[in-house]
This record gives sequence, C-alpha cells and structure tokens, in this order.
Amino acid sequence: MTGLLQVIDVCKSFQGNVAVDHASLTVEEGAVTGLIGANGAGKTTLFNCISGYYHPNSGTILFQGKEIQRVQPEKLCRLGIGRTFQIVRPFGLLSVLDNAAVGGYNRGTGKKEAYAIARECLALVGLEDKLEMPAAALNTGEQRRLELARALATRPKLLLLDEVMAGLTPTESKEMIGLIEQIHQKGMTILMIEHIMPAIMSLSHRIYVMERGAVIADGSPEEVAHNPRVIASYLGSRGGGTEYAEHH
Amino acid sequence: MIVLLAAAVIFPFFAGRYMMSIGVSVLLMAALGQSWNIMSGYAGQFSFGHAAFFGVGAYTSSILYVDYGVSPWIGMLLGMGAAALLGVLIGFLSFRYHLRGDFFALVTLAFAEILRVLFNNSAALKGAEGVLIPYRDVWQEFQFRDDRIFYLILLLMVIAITAFIGVISRRKFGVCLIAIKESQGVAQSLGVPVLKYKLAAMAVSGAAAAMAGTFYAQYYGFIDPGTVFTSSISVEAIVPCIIGGSGTLSGPLLGALIIVPLQELSNSLFEDVHGLNMVIYGVLIVVFIMFCRDGIYGALVKRQKGVET
Amino acid sequence: MNIYVLQAFLDGVLMGGIYALAALGLSLIFGVLKITNFAHGAMMTMGMYAVYAISVGMGIGPYAALPLAMAMMFGLGFLIQRVLINSIDHAPAYNQLLLTLGVAYILENVLLMVFTPNYRTLTVDAFQKAIHIGPLTVAPARLIMFAVVLAVTAGFYMLLYKTRVGRSIRASAQDEEGARLMGIHVKRIRAAAFGLGAVCTGIAGGLLTPVMSIYPTLGESFQLKCFVIAVLGGMGNLWGAFLSGIFIGVIESLSGYFLGGTWSEMLIYGAFILILLVRPTGIFGRGNRRES
Repeated sequence: MTGLLQVIDVCKSFQGNVAVDHASLTVEEGAVTGLIGANGAGKTTLFNCISGYYHPNSGTILFQGKEIQRVQPEKLCRLGIGRTFQIVRPFGLLSVLDNAAVGGYNRGTGKKEAYAIARECLALVGLEDKLEMPAAALNTGEQRRLELARALATRPKLLLLDEVMAGLTPTESKEMIGLIEQIHQKGMTILMIEHIMPAIMSLSHRIYVMERGAVIADGSPEEVAHNPRVIASYLGSRGGGTEYAEHH
Repeated sequence: MIVLLAAAVIFPFFAGRYMMSIGVSVLLMAALGQSWNIMSGYAGQFSFGHAAFFGVGAYTSSILYVDYGVSPWIGMLLGMGAAALLGVLIGFLSFRYHLRGDFFALVTLAFAEILRVLFNNSAALKGAEGVLIPYRDVWQEFQFRDDRIFYLILLLMVIAITAFIGVISRRKFGVCLIAIKESQGVAQSLGVPVLKYKLAAMAVSGAAAAMAGTFYAQYYGFIDPGTVFTSSISVEAIVPCIIGGSGTLSGPLLGALIIVPLQELSNSLFEDVHGLNMVIYGVLIVVFIMFCRDGIYGALVKRQKGVET
Repeated sequence: MNIYVLQAFLDGVLMGGIYALAALGLSLIFGVLKITNFAHGAMMTMGMYAVYAISVGMGIGPYAALPLAMAMMFGLGFLIQRVLINSIDHAPAYNQLLLTLGVAYILENVLLMVFTPNYRTLTVDAFQKAIHIGPLTVAPARLIMFAVVLAVTAGFYMLLYKTRVGRSIRASAQDEEGARLMGIHVKRIRAAAFGLGAVCTGIAGGLLTPVMSIYPTLGESFQLKCFVIAVLGGMGNLWGAFLSGIFIGVIESLSGYFLGGTWSEMLIYGAFILILLVRPTGIFGRGNRRES
C-alpha cells in the first residue's frame, strides 16, 4: 500500500504523558481523509508531527515515499505540506494580500509571482475585495478563509486542515464545506480534523478515528459510522454527541 | 516626509553651535532607534543590549585607527561586520535554545554587560581609560573641522538605514519579518526560513548600530566602556521607537525628534534640579506604554485607517 | 584551609543573604505576575533611602526604622502594580518590561532630586567595629544584617505557607485561571505579590544602609545580579532564588579572591548566559518559563 502520506506506528509523548500512541494512517493521493476523535485524543499532536512541529519519539512518517519525521516545518512546506491551525492566527499587522503573499513566496521566485499566486488564492476563497485591509480587521469567518488562502498559496501537494470550521456560523460552515469540496475538485489531497460530523462525513473518502492517542478504527464514512467501537467511544458518547448537538 | 528631509538638510546652515549639537543628538538617537527597529520593531526580537553593537562599532574603528592607523571609514565597515557577526552569534545561541521574550532580552543585556566589563578591564582593549581619538582634520580619516559635515554624514546614515527599512518592508524579507513577529509558528508553516531571517535581521540591526557607534567615536573624539557599552545606550535605542511607534518606518525618527529637544528643554529649564529630566523621561515611557502603545506614528496610522473603513 | 579563603567564604555568605532576599522578591514578582521587573534595583534603593529618611527624620536607629520602611515598601509596590502594571495586564512581555524600566527611571531620579547624588552614610560606630570569631573578623552590622535576612525570610515563609493570603499567592503563581475559579481575588493578590516583592527588595536595600554609603544609583548595580540569581534559581522558584543568592554571594567572594573582582563579574555574567541558554528553568528545576 502506498499513499501520498504514510504515518507508520508513530508515538509522541510529553514528559511521560502519551499523546500519540502507535498511530498509523495513510492518505491516498487525491483523496479527502478525515481524522476524528474526542478532544485530547491526539489529533492535533499527530498533525504537529506530520507538519514538523513535533518530532515523534518513534515511528516513521513518509511523504512521497521519503522519511520526514525529523524535517523542520519550513522545509516540509517547501516539500509540499501546507497546513492551517486550530486557532486562527492571521498576521494582523499585514494586509490580507501580504498575508497570502507570505505563503506565495514559498513557490514564487519573485515578488510579482508571489503576489499573483496570493491574489489567485484569495480570489478562490472569496476575499478578492478585501486585499488591502489589515488582516486584524477581518471577522472570524474571513480569517478562516484567509488562513486557507495562505496555506494554498504555498502550493501544497497535501493540505492539512485543523478544524477549519471551528467558530463559524452554520452558513459560514456550509460555505467552507463547498470551498473545501472545490479545492479537492482541483486535485488537492486533504487530511482534515473536524468536529462537525456531517461536514466530515460528507467530505471524506476515508476516516480515521483516534482515541487516547491511538487509531481505533478506520474506513469509509459509512463503515466508521456503524463501527460499534466508534459509536461507543465517540459518536454515541457525550463528547461527540454534544458537539454534534451544538452545531445543529 | 520630503518636507522633513528638506528641513533636515537645510538645518545646519541656519543653526548655531548649540542647535547643531542637538541636531546631531537627534540623528544619533534616530540611527540607534532605526537599528533597533529592524530587529525588534519588525522582526519582533526584543533587544535590551544594543549597546553591545554600538560599542563594538565604536571600539573597532577607534582601536584600529589609534593603534594601527587604519582609516575609520574602513574601521567602520569592519566594525559593522564585527557587530553583524556578534548579532548572528547572540541570535544563533538564543534561537537554538528557543529563547524568547524576556529571556531573550536578558541575554542581549548580559552580552552588553560582559563586553562592558571586558573592555573595562582588559589593557589590550584600553581598559577603563578608553580611547582618545587624535584630531587631524583629514576627511580620509573621518574627521572634519566643520560640524556641519559631520551632521550631514550622520543624516546620510539615518537616511540609508531608513531607506533600507523602507525597501525591505515592501519585499519578501520585510513582510516575512513581520510575519515572524506576529506568529513564528505560522510563518514556518508557510515556508518562511525563520532562523535565517531572524539572524539576518540581527546582523543588519547590529551593523547599523555599529555604524552609529563609529560616528559617535569620531564626532565626540573619546569613548570608554562606561559610555558606549552602558545600558542607557540600549535604552536610547528603544525609547524613540516606543514614543514614535516601533515597527513603523518613520516612528523612530519622529520619536527621536520629540525626545531629544524635550530633554534639552527640561535640562535648561530645571538646570539646578538634578534628576528631573530623567523623571520626565521615565514618565514619558510609562505614559506611552500605558496610553499610546503604538507610538505617535502608529496611532496616527491607525486613526487614518479607522477613518477609511 | 587557607584563612583568607575562609574569610572570603564568610563575607560571601553574609553578602549573599542580601542577594538572596532581593532575588526572592524578584522571583516572587515573576512567579505571580510573569514580569521581569526592571524597577527592582530602584526599589532596592527606595528601601535604602526609606530606612535613611525614617532613621534621620525620627531620630531612631536604622534597625528600628525597618518595620515602617517595610510598610512603605509594601504600599509602594502595591500601588505600582495596581495603578500602572495592572492596566496593561495582557500586553506583550516587553511592554511590561519597559513599563517597569520607566518606573525605575522615575523612582531613581525622584530620589536624586530629593536626596541629591551625594553619598549618605548612616553607620553606627558600635556596629562597625570588627569583632573576632576565631581567626575571622566581621563587622557586627553585617551579622545583624544576615540575622534580619534570615528572620525576614522565615517570616516570609510563614506568610506564604501558613496564611490564606500566602496560599492564594502560591495558587495564583501556579495557575491563575484555577485560582480565579477557586474564588481568589486574583487582581488583589497580584498587587499584594508585587507589594511583598517590593518589601523583600526594600529590606535587602534597607539593611545595606547601616553597612555602606548609599547613593541613588546604588540599587541599580544590584539589579543584573538579581536577574542572574533569580534565573539561576529558576524564575518563580522562591527557594531556588534564596539558595542561589547565597551561592552567588559565595562564588563572587571566592572568585574575587582568586581571580580578582572584575573577572568574577565576567564569570557570573558568562554563567548567566549559559544558564539562560541551556537551562532557563534554573538549576533547581521547577521554575516557570515564560513563552511569549
């Protein structure tokens, strides 16, 4: 089995607390892969391992067949892994356009090219009429989209999305789902963490479920939704249930 | 901006001796402020030890000149190189161990202090007596009888540093520095070579401060560790940025233009009240930190933007 | 052992007591407020002049002036926190640092205005005459100084560990949010912590008044050393600060004896950089480290 990204038996602990426990997953090229689990299940830690912010204690991460578990984030970005963060952090002092251009410089050899890429990505997420605004002046929904544009401007092969719908209104969430769908249509491979179940169920081709650092189940959205262990530990439990209820 | 520049160029031809000395002080503070602005205002790495760079610049050119007859113009370039290296060294050590915020500031402070103690006590580095620059009046040796030329050279330096900041703030380097200041982690995820850029900012910032250091030595003709490595030099690099607005192009210039005359004024008004001018300095810092955190220029810009949107 | 070494050791321990107390205050302030207090040296000078002014003004001995000076220092610290620092609570670290720097300029130069830059001495002859302990000599004033340091530290310990205020301070230092949930009035506690920090530092300064000539920038010369000690002990780790204060006092005195004063200064600053880089949580481990 080969995929664009392969996480093999990765462990990460902090001062004895195991955050990721022998987790393995595969992201197929061109697919949308979902990662779900209760808060504290280790999803974001695993994301941070994949994007180079943490180095795993053991295990291997392969991107396009190359080991990357010791590579720094900025190098990974150059290799083609882009990501967003759970907590939005726009560069508030910079304009919307400059924000995206920071990403654009990753591929763009010059200023012109970087800004062309930035404009294109901002247009894709629908921020083309706010280019000169300082990013701090955007609302949460716009900041989420700016973050997406910024990550896209790095021209990634794999896009990691960490709860891009957190804090969005139902309408904004729907728009975001459409946007992700659109990006995927263009051929982007996506790995996403999401708490909003209908969103991830409709978008993903394959879903991995994490619990206490370990991957406890995986399969098509259909299979996962009917997996008794998943229902017991997550979907049917209070954690997942309330979150589901909160949004609908 | 252009009016200000024109005024600055014409100034020495109308000013008397006293006003000239104030003009030089303003420009010296502006140069220091702008050098701090690169590393701390733009790149967000808070330095409390710019005296280290300033002193290295002043001492490199002075010792080379006095002991080896090297022209201070060349000494200045070598000093800038030495300060840039020092900046990279401090930066590399600090960033390798992930120091940030207060702890980074403390490391820069400690480096400045170590240099002060080292120069104070090493005979090879002229010890506590410092260096007296002999007066020769040869332009090749960075000496002029006419203070106006000194003034114009310093003005040129300030313009050069400011122009550098102006250029980078529109290019990849400057935009990425601000990104690093606001969130290093996010900048990394976007492929910004964070370490390289931070070190580059420290090198340039150190070199700029060293340039001001050489000027100081040549203009005043005397340096010692207690004047060029003291923390009040480090503070002088910070304060114009705080008052005018750090991370802005003209903020530090504005800050220097306000503080120095204010200091002179309080000095002459309350000549016999020892310490009052420094109390005013302190109050100014406190007031700006509390009520005008973006500095005067920053507040103006914000207001303008607020009106637009 | 060489008698001079022993003498240097004793001198180091006694002076280390002052360092320890001053650094304790700095570390407490950092622990609770997460602020590197650049007004610490100036607050130390305030303590010196408070003792001087009370003693001269009321015609009492310097030691009798201590309690009132302590009260004044607490008020000063409490006010500085409440009026100034508190209002920029969640500003970036360097803004708070600069604010305390501004406060330092104000305090120091107000003293300069009031007391002039002249040296002031308040030495009591009876306490200055050296006494002999075996082969060692020491001024009684320094012994009293150390005894008071120990007493104040013990009192401080009782306050922190045996009273409600103390428990609240410690809780706030460990976890501000948790403390708030427990119903602790965190704002008042933070001001109290700054006040207590000012007391420790002020006493450390005040105890120097009968021992050496004072002038308005004297405290400043202790400031960097306080940073060194507090970092060595682990910023926010109070007992670490106390122990490393004594430790630095001894190291300074011994290296001064063996290497000469200036190289001992280099040694200490060099060690400071090394610790900041390699082990910013201090050699005792448990200190806080601020990320910003």
